[in-house]
Amino acid sequence: MKPISVHNTHKSYGAKEAVKGISFEVHEGELFGLIGPDGAGKTTIFRILTTLLKPDGGEASVLGLDVVDGYREIRKVVGYMPGRFSLYQDLSVEENVKFFASVFGTTVDANYDLIKPIYSQLEPFKDRLAGALSGGMKQKLALSCALIHKPEVLFLDEPTTGVDAVSRKEFWQMLHRLKEENITILVSTPYMDEAEQCDRVALMQDGQILSIDTPERITKTFNNKLWAIKTENKYQLIQLLRSYKYAESVQPFGEYVHYTDKREEVQAEQIMEYLKSKGVINPTVVAIAPDIEDTFMRLMEQEENYE
Amino acid sequence: MLNEVNSRIKNKIDAFTGFVVKEFKQIYRDKRTLLVLFGMPVIQMLLFGFAIRNEVENANVMVLDASQDQVTHELINKIDASNYFTVKGEIQDYDKVEGLFQQGEIDEVLVFEADFARKLQRGERPSVNVITDASNPNLAQLIQQYSSAIIVDFQQELADEGQPQKSGIITNTNMLFNPQLESVNLFVPGLIAVILMLISTLMTSISITREKEMGNMEILLVSPLRPLQIIIGKVLPYLVLAFVNVLTILALAHWVFEVPFRGSYSLFLAESLLFIFTALALGVFISARADDQQTAMMVSLAGLLLPTVLLSGFIFPISSMPVFLQVISNIIPARWFLVIVRSIMLKDVGLLMIWKETAILGGMTLLFIVLSIKSFKERLE
Repeated sequence: MKPISVHNTHKSYGAKEAVKGISFEVHEGELFGLIGPDGAGKTTIFRILTTLLKPDGGEASVLGLDVVDGYREIRKVVGYMPGRFSLYQDLSVEENVKFFASVFGTTVDANYDLIKPIYSQLEPFKDRLAGALSGGMKQKLALSCALIHKPEVLFLDEPTTGVDAVSRKEFWQMLHRLKEENITILVSTPYMDEAEQCDRVALMQDGQILSIDTPERITKTFNNKLWAIKTENKYQLIQLLRSYKYAESVQPFGEYVHYTDKREEVQAEQIMEYLKSKGVINPTVVAIAPDIEDTFMRLMEQEENYE
Repeated sequence: MLNEVNSRIKNKIDAFTGFVVKEFKQIYRDKRTLLVLFGMPVIQMLLFGFAIRNEVENANVMVLDASQDQVTHELINKIDASNYFTVKGEIQDYDKVEGLFQQGEIDEVLVFEADFARKLQRGERPSVNVITDASNPNLAQLIQQYSSAIIVDFQQELADEGQPQKSGIITNTNMLFNPQLESVNLFVPGLIAVILMLISTLMTSISITREKEMGNMEILLVSPLRPLQIIIGKVLPYLVLAFVNVLTILALAHWVFEVPFRGSYSLFLAESLLFIFTALALGVFISARADDQQTAMMVSLAGLLLPTVLLSGFIFPISSMPVFLQVISNIIPARWFLVIVRSIMLKDVGLLMIWKETAILGGMTLLFIVLSIKSFKERLE
């Protein structure tokens, strides 16, 4: 019995098909990530799995319980942190935690060990109203509340969106600690760099899953040489590369532009020659190892071309 | 096994208590809500109270004196001399009365019977017709009472001067435009209805939709809480607050305005409780349908509060409404509550006399409860 199992699930809002026949399974104790841009259908999957939405077609189950028929049972054993901060802003930190403990028929003391690493950071502010907390603090509080009843499966919808870099890192450390408690975690994020924190990820786009695998293996499917190119004028560089007859893909990545070539064997000099011939002074061209973001971009492009 | 059941029940009670405590804290922290909850009843009570206690001052009087004798002249002078009335002139023709009122400058017309003085002397009882414009019923009634008092006083003086004992002046009062004068100056019942609507319906519907709007409902749904627990947990604090308000209004009415209360307090409180339930159920129903606070507020205010004020008989008597509105007034819960409360407060009637209205309110409450449970969404769609 898989903690989470989704099979050929569909969901439409009116004429818009948000989830187009998605299938995936999450193993026990796994940290599974749904990675994709806004509008990819991540939140819809979360809401189907947390029994808040009924799928239009296909099956979905949590801990062997069907999300439609077994919704009451599911609601007792899962923890859910919606994408939007949903605790009571006019209650204090402590009052929120206590309230959710009572709602789930437990007490803060009973499960204190589980939430301690997270909640202990909030305790100095326990009398502060939740609405007055910083973004990172709010997320920690929401996670504490979602964990208060020691759920078997934890659903975290974009927990790090709108949170500073340091808090994001801390948040992922907490998730790894929870994994050790054998809690199955489904997490979504629009940030590619967070994909590597997951055991396995599903890359999503436009209501479909492009690929499911470990981050390493997904990265390995990138079967071309990747170049990082930098010049004075990034906009001009993109234009030049896109009009280059050998260009396969051109993606801006921070101050660099990531580039792949259609030729089997290509040297940095050849690309530099081309750029110089177009009047670019001193281009930097370096061969780099692709990361998951490159892979995702490539998969998305292939998907678009396929369509 | 039994222990497990016990602990499960205990958990349910703890969850429910936790919910109610949370709700009270939220109300307590929301100063605006608090102001509405406790300030509104007092302010409304004082406003209405003092508006009603308006003294009559220089009401304009027209006289139709068919007798033109010494007695009528004396009486007219006496009325004119009082601070309350100013005699504006005389008319000769009864048909002009209605026109005078329509122009709006005259508040009262006094009509004296012919042969007034002679009839008095013969020991008969000549009559004065006191006609008022009851489109403002409270004022009309006050004017009549003042006029009657002056006439009685005048009669007393005549008696002292040796008029025959049996004789006397008959004062016939006649209200134009609103003869039944149903909106007697007992504004308290109407006010209770309005305030209960405001607190129970408006406040609960807003507080439930706020949970939806803030996303709280999304987590509450993904929890072992059942819809009924959520609803009752939300409603209970407002039930208590509404009841406190009933007591406040009653206390103000009794000690500040000395409004008479003839009937049974326990019956009154029981009926008030029933009406609070009706209003709460309505609030829950609205919030089950509305997705945000603004919609809930619009529906509660425009759809409920206004009809409660205008169509329940609180301000305008139902019998003077167009038939179309009279029919609509039947579906307004406050209408029935007003009948009940007025009967208890003014006429000291028992449950036997108002069982029909009570049953209608009870039926409405039940209907709203069923509708709310049916339309409460256990999912987000």
